[in-house]
Parts: sequence; C-alpha cells; structure tokens
Amino acid sequence: MSFINHASREINCKIVYYGPGLCGKTTNLQYVYQKTAPESKGKMISLATESERTLFFDFLPLALGEVRGFKTRFHLYTVPGQVFYDASRKLILKGVDGVVFVADSQEERMDANIESLENLRDNLDEHGYDLDNMPFVMQYNKQDLPNISPMDELQKYLNPHKVPEYRACAMTGVGVFETLKAIARLVLLDLKKGGR
Amino acid sequence: MYSAQSNFELYDAEMNKINTITSHLLKAAQAKAIFLVDKNGLMISSTGEVAGLDITSLASLTAGNIATTGGLAKLIGEKEFSIQFHEGENDSIHLSIVAGRVILVVIFDANSSLGLVRLRVKRASASLTQVFEDIAHRQEQQGATSYSANPFAEITDDDIDNLFN
Repeated sequence: MSFINHASREINCKIVYYGPGLCGKTTNLQYVYQKTAPESKGKMISLATESERTLFFDFLPLALGEVRGFKTRFHLYTVPGQVFYDASRKLILKGVDGVVFVADSQEERMDANIESLENLRDNLDEHGYDLDNMPFVMQYNKQDLPNISPMDELQKYLNPHKVPEYRACAMTGVGVFETLKAIARLVLLDLKKGGR
Repeated sequence: MYSAQSNFELYDAEMNKINTITSHLLKAAQAKAIFLVDKNGLMISSTGEVAGLDITSLASLTAGNIATTGGLAKLIGEKEFSIQFHEGENDSIHLSIVAGRVILVVIFDANSSLGLVRLRVKRASASLTQVFEDIAHRQEQQGATSYSANPFAEITDDDIDNLFN
C-alpha cells in the first residue's frame, strides 16, 4: 500500500526483505547503505540483539530521485529470520508494497528456505495479500560458498512461478543492487497499473 | 477503513486541514513538536521544533512501537492500547491512535504536562478523525486510482532506470 502525497509530491513505498535466519537480509541492507550516496539515504536503524541478530527489524530509507515530478522514496525493511520471532515478522509485513525473498543457497538450509517461504505466504495471507499477485523477487544468496544447492533445485523448490531471480553474494555486493532494482521496478510498475 | 491493498493518497486541501489541526494542537498543548504517522511507518505531517530530528526514523520506530504494543494488546484480549506515554528526563512522548490507522505523536517538555497534553489530544483527535473519515470516504468513492488521475500511468522503463543512475 503505497502512500502518495500529492501535497508534497512524494511517493513512499515499503519493501520487505524476508528469509530464514542468517540468510543475509541485514547484509543486503548494509551493502545498499554503504554504496548509496549520502544525499540519497537516511539513517539505517537496526533493532538487534547484543549478538547482532535482528530482534525486530532493520530499516533503511532511500530517496532515489523523481519519477514524473514525484519524489520517490523506498523504505527497506528486513524481518527477524529466527523462527520464534513470527509475531514480529507479521507486523513488519503490514502495508508492504514488494517483497524480496533472500534464500540461503547452502544445501543444509534448503528446508529452512522452504519453511520461511511458506511462512511468508501465510503471514501475507493474514494481511489480505497474495504473494502470487504482488511485486516479488527471489535472491539466491551465498553463491560464493562451496556447499550450495544446484540452481535447478533452488528454482524448483523456491521459485516455481519464475519471478525475477538473482544469484548473490551480499557480503561482497554481488547481485544486491540488481535485486533492489528489480523489486523497485516491479513496485513502480504496480503503481502504474493503479495498485492491486 | 482502508482496504489492505489500495494506495493511500493525500491531496493539498486534506493536508491543509491536517496541518491546521496539528498547528493548533501544538500551541494548545504547549508542545515542542507534533507528528502524524501512518501505521505503516510513513510520516504524514510534522510541525514544531522538528529541525535536527530524524523524522523518517521517528516515523518508522513509532509505527514499530504501536505495532508491537498492538500485538501485546491482542495477546491479552484487547483490541489495541490507544494511548502510550514515554517519560524522559527532559522530553516526553505521547502517542495515540487516531481513526484506527494514524498515530498522533506529541513531544513535550516541562513547559507542558501530561494532563494538558491528554486533554488537548482528545479534542484534536476528534477533529482529525473527521478529516481521515472524509479521506476514507473520498478514497472509497474514487475506488482504485483511476487511470487518468494516476501520475504514474505514463511511467516508462527509462524513468525507472534513471532512478538508479
């Protein structure tokens, strides 16, 4: 649900990075923060535990420029990935305009990816959203590691509907901006249609 | 009052009404600053001593706070906690939910008092509720953003690419 302010000619969109614990959601935001010009970004907020696990959310506001005379702002959020923070994840999805699912490509995390993706569908459903009918991008993170699942297996289990997908290594930034651009594009094209 | 999937749009006349109410509240409550924040974390309006404040973060954290306490409320069988108060050494924050979806944030110091703020907020909330009900009514009548009025209807791939250059 985008917020279009005709008085100040601004549009605000909310993008949520979802995925299992330790898949690299926060790392994606940190890379975007590091590589964005100071005038285009706000302060990055991380509500994390002492051991730097996300407790509630990370938040990064980006002002990308103007489209058709409207200042375009994207608010990037991550959710806490650990299974027992489900109540918090549900809250963060409220009013979401687009979702990035960050999958952990390691073989031993396939079940965690599937569980998290099913959890995403359920939580969106509770807000009245349908994942198949909203801007959605898949990112296969940690592609630099040796023990990763084959691509066709990742696609088969995590992206059967073939939404835009990107291989990534968020630590070094590979695929991070490609993913962000893809979801921003889908959100803006969704607005072009006049919302869902 | 709004469907989960429709966009929330505000026009000049509506913003003027909102700003008039919050400016009046600022004086009447002897507050330092007033903010109106959408429950999804987006800043709608700010007035008072806002220079130097990171209002984007303030909006996001306020919404997170209201969402969390709303979750707590449901756990004990309440619909929501409609008012919150956080007391600081110098400045305090009063949060209240208006029209079910907007958060009214009042920041005040020793020049005011919790009692005064609560009283003034109550009155301003009634006026703001009327404005947001009118907005909801207008949006319902409009339906989804009509193609002709949609400023993004003509958006091109080049427009989107330019955002990232």
